[in-house]
Amino acid sequence: MNTSTAASAQSSTNGLAGRYLTFSLGRDSYGVPVLNVREIIRLCPITPVPRMPAYVKGVINLRGTVIAVLDLRAKFEMPTVASGDRNCIIVVQIQGAGGGKTLMGAIVDAVEEVVNLAAGDIEPTPDFGGSPDVQYMLGVATIRGGVKTLLNIEKIFQEDGSLVLTPVSKPASSIEA
Amino acid sequence: MSSSLGEPWTAENIDSALSLISQMAEELAFVVPDRDSGLLAINALTMDLEQLAELDGPTGFVAGVKVLRVWIDAILDGPVSFSADMIEKLGNWHGWMSSLLVALDQDVATPPLPADWSALLSGAPQAPATASQRLSSADAAPVAQPEEAQPAASFVLDIDADQELLREFFSESVELLQDIEQGVLVLEEKPGDKNTINSIFRAFHTFKGGAGFLHLAALGELAHELETLLDAVRKGELSINREIIEAILAGGDALKLFTREIGDQLDGVDPGAPISVPTQHILKRVRAALRGEAPAPASSAAVAAAKAPEPVPPAVVAEVPASAPAPAPAPAPAPAPAPAPAPVLAPAPVVPVAAPVSVVAAPQPVAPLVQVPVAKPAAAESTGAAEPAAKASREGGGSSGGFVKLDTEKLDSLVNLVGELVIAQSMVVQNPDVQSINSLQLLRCLRQLSRVTTELQRNAMSLRMVPIRNLFQKMGRLVRDLGVSQNKQVQLVLEGEDTELDRNIVEKMGDPLIHMIRNSVDHGLEGPDERLANGKPAVGTVRLSASHQRGGIVIRIQDDGRGLNTERILAKAVERGLVRPNAGLSESEIHALIFLPGFSTAEAITDLSGRGVGMDVVLGNIESLRGKVEIESVFGKGTTFTILLPLTLAIIDGLLVAVGEDRYIIPTLSVRESFRLRPGMVSTVHERGEMVTVRGKQTPLLRLGRFLGSTSKTTQAEDGIIVVVESGDTARGLLVDELIGKQEVVIKSLGPAFERQNLAAGGAVLGDGWVALILDVDTLVKLPIENRASVIHSQTGTHS
Repeated sequence: MNTSTAASAQSSTNGLAGRYLTFSLGRDSYGVPVLNVREIIRLCPITPVPRMPAYVKGVINLRGTVIAVLDLRAKFEMPTVASGDRNCIIVVQIQGAGGGKTLMGAIVDAVEEVVNLAAGDIEPTPDFGGSPDVQYMLGVATIRGGVKTLLNIEKIFQEDGSLVLTPVSKPASSIEA
Repeated sequence: MSSSLGEPWTAENIDSALSLISQMAEELAFVVPDRDSGLLAINALTMDLEQLAELDGPTGFVAGVKVLRVWIDAILDGPVSFSADMIEKLGNWHGWMSSLLVALDQDVATPPLPADWSALLSGAPQAPATASQRLSSADAAPVAQPEEAQPAASFVLDIDADQELLREFFSESVELLQDIEQGVLVLEEKPGDKNTINSIFRAFHTFKGGAGFLHLAALGELAHELETLLDAVRKGELSINREIIEAILAGGDALKLFTREIGDQLDGVDPGAPISVPTQHILKRVRAALRGEAPAPASSAAVAAAKAPEPVPPAVVAEVPASAPAPAPAPAPAPAPAPAPAPVLAPAPVVPVAAPVSVVAAPQPVAPLVQVPVAKPAAAESTGAAEPAAKASREGGGSSGGFVKLDTEKLDSLVNLVGELVIAQSMVVQNPDVQSINSLQLLRCLRQLSRVTTELQRNAMSLRMVPIRNLFQKMGRLVRDLGVSQNKQVQLVLEGEDTELDRNIVEKMGDPLIHMIRNSVDHGLEGPDERLANGKPAVGTVRLSASHQRGGIVIRIQDDGRGLNTERILAKAVERGLVRPNAGLSESEIHALIFLPGFSTAEAITDLSGRGVGMDVVLGNIESLRGKVEIESVFGKGTTFTILLPLTLAIIDGLLVAVGEDRYIIPTLSVRESFRLRPGMVSTVHERGEMVTVRGKQTPLLRLGRFLGSTSKTTQAEDGIIVVVESGDTARGLLVDELIGKQEVVIKSLGPAFERQNLAAGGAVLGDGWVALILDVDTLVKLPIENRASVIHSQTGTHS
């Protein structure tokens, strides 16, 4: 699986050139395509949704719309830290499974800048041999001496299965007697 | 450079552009020189505008958006912050774009693109070519030409009996025909567009259904053929070609003539006169297209109105474009342009439904053909009879009376916005800073604000409420027809037709209700001989009633037929393997078996829906409206189905409860009662299954805090409050820390991320801006109780 991911990344690196919003998680820097980003808001109180995976922080009220918020640290299995005042929620728009567009939020440590990456700046994600998992990564970019991991935001949010609650058995009707 | 002529953009596109532009204004208002705040939002809005521009946007708009893109790119590639100069430019751009859109909206000349901007675009392809292309396609006008005498299909309307139904059918049809026309326009550009093909298919399907319901056989047949044609396209057996498009248009035109006649008769023009439109050649044409053949050379897309008694006023033929308000000039790009049509098409702006010139005959109440005895309450009967005369006197008034038709989406968004307003208002009023201001003036203003918002909310809600009358009266027709076809004597008694409920609910209740009524007449009521033998009156009664109860709407379908045969139901369920032979079910549990999928399969194919649906579908429909069904039945005496529905879909009445730090909403419709626990009320089974005594009955207890993983303050059950919730026949006591209050909340979807969980039915924004989850009571009640304390995800810790 890893080899195939790497191979496909290699061939598609050319298509990755463009603008990215970069942000930090711990010491690392990441980038998401600006195309996906709708806005950036300050971290605000989040209503937890019970019985969801830890990285699903819950829902917030974004000017009247209820949107789901993920914690990228938890998603990438990085240690949790106390939230500081640079924490932000990046609101991204993704294509839902049904074709509709949905807004979702991702909590990050701090937002950095918008960078323009040329194809030459980007190289395929190296193979870590399983961990960390490279399936959410588009590639890595080296600019001004720093390395940014480019994330496939759609994949992170869309990923099937991981948001599913353990199905609570729902009897067809009241014949559970 | 003015906006292109022709029809590329609909009013909707302009609306969405305007809304994007106003969002843009919001963002621009907060832009600060040398900072990048708002840049991403503006970039995102620009992308949306570009998408709109791609939909064949007017040239001026497209150019404007391109200019904007050049600037935004410059910012993103360069300083990644706004310069004062750029902010001014953007401001100017916004003003210019607003005036352009307004001009487009009002169809006046649009402002030109400033010269220094268009310089930015040098090299960008200008658009005259596409504009002229568009022109040529828009130019081709509907070919209308009287057809030589054809055997015309005709029928007679029973205006008196079907007044309401026909009116509804009429207004629905007008919309459907518009959909079809719009759809054809799209298909000409994009022949493979799946959505459009589907929507045209559905339109014909709906048309067929309506016509079948009203026994308008000729209409139904035509719609059926067209539906078959579209179905073949949908399945990929045929691909859209000119012939098919022509056939659809010809069919649509014929349907339109029928519809217009119906509309005229509803307005009192010659009621009861036979309506006939030649359909044979169209049917032939459609069938030919279906076989993939070229059409008979002579026939053109024309359809003539051959209204039997009167000669056709030419105006009727020419007014085709006038009836479609928006930019839908039904382009039938004539393959072999006959020279004849030109004169007929003199741009006669005829008002669509106004009485045709020659047919102003005094409204003579023509006796309707057959008067099948209708069982309706007297009141409805008499208004029905009085109606034609009243309508006839209203010369030239449109068929829709004093109503405005509007897009339900707009209505929904209005209601949602008002909901937001109410919340925003309470946020202001409850704001501690505001409350600390000691000013009588302010207090008065705030009170005024509260009053207005409350009133506004009430009004907005009432916009969506419609009486259930129309739906009920449809059933009158259904019962009448069913009775005749089955040789049963049936009277339908309607009660509470004025009960109002959300129009979305009314719409979705149609099918379930038809099905249940049909069941009652088909299976419930006996034939007259059997009834007499059992000492019942020969005429069976189906009673359909609606009323407000328990904060919702209760619809009851009651028949005095033979009742549910529990033994047979059980035997059938066992035979189908739905239940074990010795399950020991109670009577009500056996009744509930009829809702199981796979239980009712005996349904024959009907002409109404094309295929029968089972009670499981009925239940599914009702549950999707957050309603529930209860059955009471006495063998030999009759059956009563009670449907409980919420008043509206957008808002629920909820009980706000606190569990630890969190607040949750429990829909009041599911709450039976709540009380504070007293010592000794809780007992256990196996030292873990907790039960609480509710009115002498042991009810399983679910500690909500433990279940939801909140840190509940209530460790002792005695400190908490029990909320007894029920779903179907099952009840459970939920232990919560505190009842905060009862309030109406606007339901918000949690979005696709939470689609697969069934714990929260949605979210609601509370007065302080916090989102509270609405609990799905059905899940809480039906959850296996042992499962309740275990926390689920292997890969997770606890949240937050």
